[in-house]
Amino acid sequence: MTVVALPKRGFIDSLPGGPAVTQGLAWARRYPLLPGFVLLFVLVIPAIFANQIAPHDHRIGDLDLVKRPPAWIGDKIVEQTVVQKQDRRVARQGEITLSSATRRMKRGTATFLEGGGDGTVDVGDKLRVVIRQGGTWTYPLGTDKQGRDILSRLIHGSRVSLTVSVLAIALGGGLGVILGLLAAYKGGITDTLIMRLVDIKLAFPSILLALVLVAAWKPGLLTVIIVISVLLWARYARVVRGEAISIMNRDFIDRAQVAGASDWRIMARHIFPNLMNTVVVLATLEVGHVIILESTLSFLGAGIPRPTPAWGVMVADGRELIVAAWWIFFFPCVAIVLTVLSMNLMGDWLRDKLDPKLRNI
Amino acid sequence: MQRYILRRSAQGLLAIIVISMVVFALARVTGDPTQVLLPDEASEEQILQTQIEWGLDKPLHIQYFVYIKRLTRGDLGNSFKWAGVPASELIAERLPATVQLSAFALLISAAIAFPVGVLVAVKKDTGIDYAGKMVAILGQSAPSFALGLILMWVFAVQLDWFPTSGRGGLSHMVLPGVALGYYNVAALMRLTRSSMLEVLDTEYVKLARIKGVSERRVIWKHCFRNALIVPLTYFGLIGAVLITGSVVTETVFAWPGLGALVIEAILARDFTVVQAVVLLFAFTFILINILVDILYAYIDPRIRYS
Repeated sequence: MTVVALPKRGFIDSLPGGPAVTQGLAWARRYPLLPGFVLLFVLVIPAIFANQIAPHDHRIGDLDLVKRPPAWIGDKIVEQTVVQKQDRRVARQGEITLSSATRRMKRGTATFLEGGGDGTVDVGDKLRVVIRQGGTWTYPLGTDKQGRDILSRLIHGSRVSLTVSVLAIALGGGLGVILGLLAAYKGGITDTLIMRLVDIKLAFPSILLALVLVAAWKPGLLTVIIVISVLLWARYARVVRGEAISIMNRDFIDRAQVAGASDWRIMARHIFPNLMNTVVVLATLEVGHVIILESTLSFLGAGIPRPTPAWGVMVADGRELIVAAWWIFFFPCVAIVLTVLSMNLMGDWLRDKLDPKLRNI
Repeated sequence: MQRYILRRSAQGLLAIIVISMVVFALARVTGDPTQVLLPDEASEEQILQTQIEWGLDKPLHIQYFVYIKRLTRGDLGNSFKWAGVPASELIAERLPATVQLSAFALLISAAIAFPVGVLVAVKKDTGIDYAGKMVAILGQSAPSFALGLILMWVFAVQLDWFPTSGRGGLSHMVLPGVALGYYNVAALMRLTRSSMLEVLDTEYVKLARIKGVSERRVIWKHCFRNALIVPLTYFGLIGAVLITGSVVTETVFAWPGLGALVIEAILARDFTVVQAVVLLFAFTFILINILVDILYAYIDPRIRYS
């Protein structure tokens, strides 16, 4: 563990409870607190307690409240003059057709500014039109085109990201570790075969392989997990093999062999524990990658199917409404970027602590 | 050197063969294309006839050999979705758009990454350096579809500086180009920075400074040229990243290139087109990798012996 300079003893320490503050500051410098908090509150806690903390049902929306903006955005009001007919090719903000003005009057989203003395809408009247109603705190991040609460969907979506990353990394990482160990330990033809396979895998653009694989089976959670783990194993295998070979040169391996330990026992009990740091660092560094892959697949329509609120699916839903309702695509994007960013920072920190050698991969 | 080139080429060829097998096998288990091709009420006979017509009644390995035989004659097969149009024609039609966009993205990456990389190296440990690092980390944390959509929202929808999508003049290329190139900017910038720092620390740079060479000349003439070697070899890999990225970026910006084509084909289960495009991508990807490796081995002879 590296020694981190503590803040100088000074004013704070003279206060009651001061040393604790100083300690806290030192602690804050030593650990990646911010990324940690973000991960906890954007990914882990929402995923575990989704049913408890989601304010609304993420599956059923309120059709009276579709495409509501986030709470802090007020009504969008424009002044419009009533015209008989609007040229569709040059739709002007300042004009409204007679028919739609009458309709809006009935619904109460338009009021008279000028004219309208007779109570009916005529050509030439000026209206104050609420073209988009503001948000409410009932739906803090707004609603989508089916009136579903975006916050609740984001919360449930974190489940998908967490499940996919944990399982895909466990599966792909496990496979990679086993193959890497085998390649290092057995050597010869096994080694050549496995490493050639790694080369071929790494020579193939991963998103393309994932797309073809998902399309080959049915899109779904399980398919996505398996496909992503197929993409992940090669890197593990390569790194683990390299590490394992250097460990095998050490004396205790020879002694275990002389003592009559079986191959599997040596791999599992003598080599693997020494690889733990590497494996943990690789796993953390890969989480961001996995979340990006999963959301990209879902975005392209070849990942998690609707109506599961995976973040990528939510972005795809919001894409067509980018002009009218930016919040539908924007918040899931923020969730993805925040999670991946924090995970990468966390991974970097962990790597520097546990296994600085991995800096170059 | 010759042996090294030969070995790398053989490896590449092997990879291509394996990939062609994998893609072929996968495309065939995607589901029966006759179901997509024919209307629901098609009779048994019609289905059978279509299967014979497309050669789908033969065993898988025979189908593969027929496929390879045709491939060597340059025949990539006909599309199911686009009413029998040869896949090669579809590719020829879409290829220019992808090449254009990728070249533009490459240009943007280089134009931004090199100067900024030099700047942050010279201003090491200052605010500029940290800002550069932040931008780079952020860039590598955003999936390209999110980045593309955010760019589209800010610069096309809100500011109305560029068109939202489609292919047209230069203005159509800016947003997809930036979205596609951004990831590379981050990586290239970091490489340029670290290799600049290394060169800035050498004896001959110190000597140049002692001799009184102007700082600008030291940085651009003495350092930058030597620092370029590492990022330049990486430049080839960027081609590979661009291929992968084009699939997503072209879909986001409705850019009529190969990436968008492959997505359409996958969703429509048009496996001849999928195979053709994937093979082309894989081939380009592998070719670029080999060229980069050879270039690298040429620059740094130690590589060859490892």
